[in-house]
Formats: sequence, C-alpha cells, structure tokens
Amino acid sequence: MHSSLWLTALLVVPLAGALVAMLVRDREGRAYLVAVVTASVEMVLALFVAVLYNDHIAKAQTFDFATRHVLAAPFGLAYDVALDGISLLMVVLTAIVVLLALLGARDRRREPAFVSWLLILTSMTMGSFIAHDLLLFFIFFELTLVPCYFIISQWGGAERGKAALKFFIYTFTASAFLLIGILYLGFLHQHQTGGALSFAYGALSTTSMTHSTAIWLFVAFAIAFGAKAPIWPLHTWSPLTYAEAPTAGSIELSALLAKLGSYGLLRFAVGLLPLALPDMRPVVMTLAVIGILYGSALACVALDLKRFVAYSSLAQMGFITLGVMAGSKIATVGAVLLMFNHGIITIGFFLIIGYIETRRGSIQIRDFNGLQGPAPVMAALFTLVMLASIGLPGLSGFVSEYLILIGTFATHAWWGVFGAFGVVAAALYLLWAYQRVFHGRAVGANATMTDVTSKERWALVPVVVLIVALGVFPKPVLDRISPSVQQLIEHVAPSGVSK
Amino acid sequence: MKIAIPHIHYLAIAPVLILFGAALVLLFATALVRTKVSQRIATLVTVTASAAVLVVTYFQWRCIDQVGATTTIAHAIVLDGFSVVATGVIAASLLMASLVAHDWAVRERIAGVEYQILALASTAGAVLMTQANDLVVIFLGLEILSIGLYVLVAFDRQRATSAEAALKYFLLGGFASAIFIYGAALVYGATGSTNLSSISYFLGSNVLLRPGLLYAGGALLLVGFAFKVAAVPFHLWSPDVYEGAPTPVTGFMASVVKVGAFAALVRVLISSLGTQMDTWRPILWVLIVLTTLVGASLALVQRNAKRMLAYSSINHAGFMLVGVWAGTVRGIAGTLFYIVTYAPTVVATFAIVTLMGGLGDENHSIDSYRGLARRQPWLGASLGVLLLSQLGAPLTTGFYAKYAVLASALDSGGAPVALIALLSAAIAAFFYLRWTMALYAEDTIEATRVVVPASTGVAIGLGVAMTLVFGVWPGPLAALAQHATVLFTP
Repeated sequence: MHSSLWLTALLVVPLAGALVAMLVRDREGRAYLVAVVTASVEMVLALFVAVLYNDHIAKAQTFDFATRHVLAAPFGLAYDVALDGISLLMVVLTAIVVLLALLGARDRRREPAFVSWLLILTSMTMGSFIAHDLLLFFIFFELTLVPCYFIISQWGGAERGKAALKFFIYTFTASAFLLIGILYLGFLHQHQTGGALSFAYGALSTTSMTHSTAIWLFVAFAIAFGAKAPIWPLHTWSPLTYAEAPTAGSIELSALLAKLGSYGLLRFAVGLLPLALPDMRPVVMTLAVIGILYGSALACVALDLKRFVAYSSLAQMGFITLGVMAGSKIATVGAVLLMFNHGIITIGFFLIIGYIETRRGSIQIRDFNGLQGPAPVMAALFTLVMLASIGLPGLSGFVSEYLILIGTFATHAWWGVFGAFGVVAAALYLLWAYQRVFHGRAVGANATMTDVTSKERWALVPVVVLIVALGVFPKPVLDRISPSVQQLIEHVAPSGVSK
Repeated sequence: MKIAIPHIHYLAIAPVLILFGAALVLLFATALVRTKVSQRIATLVTVTASAAVLVVTYFQWRCIDQVGATTTIAHAIVLDGFSVVATGVIAASLLMASLVAHDWAVRERIAGVEYQILALASTAGAVLMTQANDLVVIFLGLEILSIGLYVLVAFDRQRATSAEAALKYFLLGGFASAIFIYGAALVYGATGSTNLSSISYFLGSNVLLRPGLLYAGGALLLVGFAFKVAAVPFHLWSPDVYEGAPTPVTGFMASVVKVGAFAALVRVLISSLGTQMDTWRPILWVLIVLTTLVGASLALVQRNAKRMLAYSSINHAGFMLVGVWAGTVRGIAGTLFYIVTYAPTVVATFAIVTLMGGLGDENHSIDSYRGLARRQPWLGASLGVLLLSQLGAPLTTGFYAKYAVLASALDSGGAPVALIALLSAAIAAFFYLRWTMALYAEDTIEATRVVVPASTGVAIGLGVAMTLVFGVWPGPLAALAQHATVLFTP
C-alpha cells in the first residue's frame, strides 16, 4: 500500500498551478508557461503513480494509495481516495488530455483565466476518478461543470451562451437523480448497520437491498451517467456543446468528461447494484446499440467537423457502454481500454480540426476539398487517427473494440451482432468524411492552406505514439486493468458467470 | 391578592434586551441630543449591539452545554441550542445588513437614523420568535418584527413603488397576522393552552375524538407562517415587496425575517404539533412542491434582479421546508444549517445589488450587470460565487445546505419530494447561470465603475468568506447545527 499523498498531490498540483497562473498576469505568455509546467508535473506524477501502482497487490485487494478522513460526520462527508487499475488508466488519461489540450489548442484570449479554468477542471476530474466515496465522487463530478461552463461560455463559438447553458442544465438535472440515489443508498446502509452515515464505496457495496430498490437506484444512476457519457437518448446536448466549445474545451469534454459517465456507470451503477443487472442489462445494452447505429448514421450526414466527431463519439461511447454492461470480463476490459483509446483518438481528431479551424475559420465540411494536396502531413495524421477509430488491426482502436465485441458476443450474442455493424458504419462515415475533406482537387482557399507546423506536429506525436503502441503492445495496460475488472466482475456475479 | 412574578432567566432574554435597548438608546438620543445623531454613530450602535448579541449567544451556548436547555418566564421563553444558533444568525445578518444600509443611507443622503432604530426593533422581534415557546409570544415577536418592517419597506420616500410595496405588505401582512392569531385561538380552544409544550403534552396524552378544531387551528397557523416565509400559494406579496423596498431592506427581509419565521415555524410544527405529524406532513408536501417549482419557474422570466432574487428566495424557502417536512432531528438540523448558510449569502448578494442600484436605487435590470466581472473582477467574482452558492454548486455552502435538507428528507423516506426539490434547483440553475453569464459578458455597456464603500465591502467580504470557507469545510457548521437541538421534540 502506497501513501495517499501521491493522489492528493495529483489533486493539489493543478489547483496550485491555476492559482499561480491567475496571479502572474503581468506579461504575455507567462500564465501559459506556468500551465504547461503544471500539466507536465501532473503528467510526471500520474506516470509515477502508474509505475508505483502495484498489481501484485491485485491478488488480495486491487485498491492502492487509499486513505479516509471524515470531514463532516453529520453529512457523512469524507475525504476518501484510492486507486485501482481502472481509475489508474483514467488518471493517466486526465493528465495526458490537459497537457495536449494546452500544447495543441492554445487560446490566447485572456489566457491566464483560460488556463486556470483548464487546470481547475483537471483537478476536479482527477478527484472524480480517485474518489473512493460516493459523496466525494458526486462533489467532484458536479464541480467539473463549473470550469466547463466558464470555458464554453467565454471562449466558445457564436452560440456559446446557449451551448454552455444547455450543457450545464442538462448535466445538472441528470445528476440530481444521482444525488438522490446516492443519498438513498447511504441511508439504506446506515439503517442496516446502525452506524454513522457513510458513503464509502467498500461499505456501500455490501448493502443488501430488494430487487426493486436496486432497479430504481440503477435507473437513477444510469440517467446521470448516461447524460454525461452520453448514451442515446440523453445525448442531445452534446453536438451543440462540442461544436461551440473552444478546441481545448471540446477535447476535455469528449476525451475526458464523457469517460466520467462510462466510468461512473461501471464503478457505481454496475459495481454497487448487481441485483439490477439481469433486468437492466438488456435495456441499457439496447440503448447502447441504438446509440452506435444512430451516432454512425448522423455522423454520415453531419455538416461540420465538430458535430461529426460528436456523433462518432456517440457511437464510440455506445461501444464502451456495451462493454461495460455486457458482464463478461473480456468485454469490460475492452471497455476500459476503449475509454482510454477513444480519449486519445478524440484528442487527435479535435486537435486537427482545431488546426483547420484556425487556418480557415470554418469547420463546415462543404467548405473543404482536396486538403491533402497543400497539407499532406495533416492528411497523413488524420488518416492514422481515423484508421485507429475505424479499428484497423495494429492500431489501438482495434484491440479495444475487438475485446468488447467478442466479450459481448459470448454473453449477449445479438447485441454483439448489431454492435458489430457499428464497426462497418464507422469505416463508412470516417472514410466518406475523409474523402470529402482531403481528396479531390484543392481550389481557392483550400489550395493555399498551410500544412501543420512543427509545433503542432509535436502536440500530435504523443497521440500517434499511443495509438500505435497500444495497438501493437497493449499488454502492460491490460495487465493493470484486468485484476481490477476481475474483482469488480466477481463482486457483481459471485457465481462465476464471468468468462 | 398576590401576583406571582415568574422567575426570569436574564441570560436567555439578553439578546432581545440588548437589541431593543439599543433601539431605545438611539431613539432617545435622536430626541434628546441637541446635534443630529450621525449615520456613523447609529451604525456603530447597531453593529455593537449585534456583536454583543453574538457574544451573548456564545455564553448561552456554554450555559446550555453545562446545565442543559431550559425555559423561563413561565415557560413562555425557551433557551435551547436551536434558539441560540438562530439568534446568532439573526445577529450576524443584522450586522451585515446594517453595514450595507449605512453606505446606502449615505449615498441616498438620508438624514435620520430611523433605519437603524427600526431594524434593531424588528430584529428584536425576530429573536423573540426564535425563543418563543408560546403562541402568544410568537405572535408578539411576529408583530414586533412586522411593524418595524412595514415602515422600513416604505423608507424610500423618493420612489412611489416603495410606498406601494409597504401598503401591500402591510395589508397582506396584517391579514396574515389575523389568520395566525385566529389559528392560535382555535388551537387554544382545542387543547386548552397556548403554551407549545403544554399543547404537545395535551395532544400526547389525550386522543381528540373531534379533532376538527385543532386541524382548523393548525391549518390557520400554517397559513400565517406560509405567508411570512413566502411559500406558494401565499407568496404573492413577496416579489412586489422585494422589488419596491429599498434594497438593503430587501436583504434584511430575506435574511432576518426568514430566520425568525422559520424558527417559529419549526417550533410550532415540531414542538407543539409534532404528534400530529401525519396530518400536516401531506399539506407541507404540497407546499414544498409548489414553492420550489413555482419559485424557480417564475424566476426564469424576470429581468429585474430584485424580483428574480425574490422568486429565488421563494425557491429557497421551499428547500428549508423540506427539512421541516422530514420532522426528525436531522431534518431540523438540516433546516437550521440551510438558514445559517443562506442568510449571509443573501445579505451579501443584496449588498452587491444595492451597490449596482446606483443613486436612487432604480437600476436593477439584469442587463446592467453585463460585463461587471470584466470591469471589476473582485466584485464580479464575489457575485458569481454568491450566485453559484445559491445555485447549489459544490465547494460553496449552498451545496451542503441543499444536501443537508435533502438528506434528512431521504432519511424519512421522502425520495420523491427530495427529487422534485432538486429538479427545481436545476430550473433555478438556469437563471443563476444567465446572470453569471451576464457578469462575464464581453460587450460591456457604457457603464461607470461602481464604487464599493468600505463597510459594504466588509459585508460582502464576510458573506463570500462564509460561503467559501464553510463550503470547503462544512464540518464545524454541520456539527453546530446538529447539536443545536430543539428542547421539546416529541
């Protein structure tokens, strides 16, 4: 067991960085420098934690770095953090996302405030992933809304106000169900044990409840996480929000915050309410498959590139949900891996779209044609990211989608079959969009567009490396996820349903 | 014939004595002192009196710790943790509100010191309400509170709306008082006493075969309170009065009056009618649903900051009722925690609204806030924090306030009412956010910088500090609210 100070540092470092960045507003670019240094330190910390995380403990107990301090006993509020293989991957993703968002999607308008909000958001997201207590998780989960709201409403596109409001209200409303669910579970546990009010994950996972209670709680949790992820039909906020947010905001939202939804679904809805699973599995998996097909269909007809990625994300989140809910170990491991891979792939997409937007001031697909002539490197990078998203063997997307599909097929064959259509559809919409944007003969403004600069290339290097590395050699990552998933699945299905 | 003078526990009634005494001192000073009593001195007296009350509450708390809660003056006044904490909140709110009012009076060139006198007297009434253990004493407190307030609402003689609001408040308030006292009479008829603990004892040891009289009395009492706390459908006065009253008075009303009314409401419903919980809970349930939803929905369409805050405070009243509905120790603690955290937040919010109102107190359109945070980052950020707290964002006290009452509701099996209330908070989020967005808007209108006078600045700072410090670390306040129990619980 390692010291929990590592996790606390992950929380505090971005906050400290945000404070410093806010205070050094005297000269241009200094706040940015502070932010990049902070994000780098955070990255190093996250990697350190990843190295320290000892999967040998896995045999007995997969949570590491744990601590618990009660902050307000009457409220059952406690600072309770811990890390297992699943959250470890999300912690690393969080650190990567903020670093790349800063490096690749710099926004010079009122930079100190912008980078401060980004760093605060990082801290809150870290908190959500390392929280080992439902109330603490909820607090961080809600808190991510505030920086997001300000980032969208102040640095977004023309309809930023509307998008920010829609995003906030949508998620806030959905999380009302989560809070009520958490409170209900906490009191149920307290009434059973007669002890103090507590929302500790470990304690609550032993709560016994009736079948119908489990169903209600699952529905409440699923609404909150489904809106965040987003799962069809709770996705309607996402296209507008992704399109209007500044590039860094879109990256944070789709690469990272969406994962809060699927992570919460796995950790809290599936992990704490196994009784509801037999009934809820078909429902949520059906929604996931609808999301895959619906997202793919709309991605085909999306008019601008950001909405295009938003709909393709809906499809990808459908795959993740499928894996999370399928109940087999392979599918769940695949889902966790896809959370990470989709995050990296989305960073790639949004960074490139951001580059195009700064050059052309437009993201409308019909404005582009034949970009691979003037910008071959950009086209090549886009191709790589796109192929990873399609699931080409040898790239990261393939491993995770493959695991999800075979896992799902083993337990829920028909959902696996219809989900697999999503892979075909992904090839369709991605290649078609690629053709429209990059193929053909470039004329007018398209012909004079410059290729990616070396600075922009460097921001994409980690994306490319991760896409290839995790496609060829995902074992180190899988080794860290598997024991944690195993433990979760065993808890959910003690009779050994896992395959 | 010998009249037995009941024993008087002076520590228990010290806050009322101090506040009313300070009001009298100021009143006599204005009459007797040859030169004019300046605003500065009046404010100083008010601040000193409120600080003294805060000190007294500390000793009261210690006294309760050592010898336990007690009643005095023939059981008409009660000294328990609940009354002490509520008194403390009232004193703190008065302190902040008087600081704000000072700068407002200077700005509006108001010569007399009547404002502080009336505020002190009204506050004495509110404190009396928190300590009252008798329907008649509650009524006394209510009237002392209200009569001062009627004048305060009409205080701005430059604006016709101020007088209009006062008349409206006076007529409806008088009506509500009449309903309340009629209810008290009916309850007396049904139980043979006006003393809350005697009523509770009577109801606990007797079965009423014909409870109609009691029900009618209880219902009328509830209506009287619902009017004072502005619960829907008895809220119609509140937006007009909030808008018409001078802004510092509005802040005073939203904090001091609410605390007093809620404290008395908790006592009547829990201490005396606690045995009838099954009867009043469904009524309260309907009130909560209406209050939270109507308050939040109607706030959406307001363009005037004060009206919007009036509806928002209606929404908050609904949340405070949730804890009362729970009817448990946790529920009372939740409502108390809500009051304790809401009062400073709302006083500070109205302090900023007072500043933004400008000379004449007229400029209250939401549009005039556009770009405030760009022009004056500290002031804008303060308002942003206060609004986010009222919205219920974590790391502000507003989150834990909502959390506390909702948790108590769930503890008593009230998941539906908690969910409805929380969804109303999501509706309310809309207008808080729209306002926040206006603060950070880029297209700054032609506006001059707002000067923040020192004492108003202190009040705003106090409110924001409370909101943030206890938002990050709610432990002490939560423990305080939990230990501040009501003496008579069934």
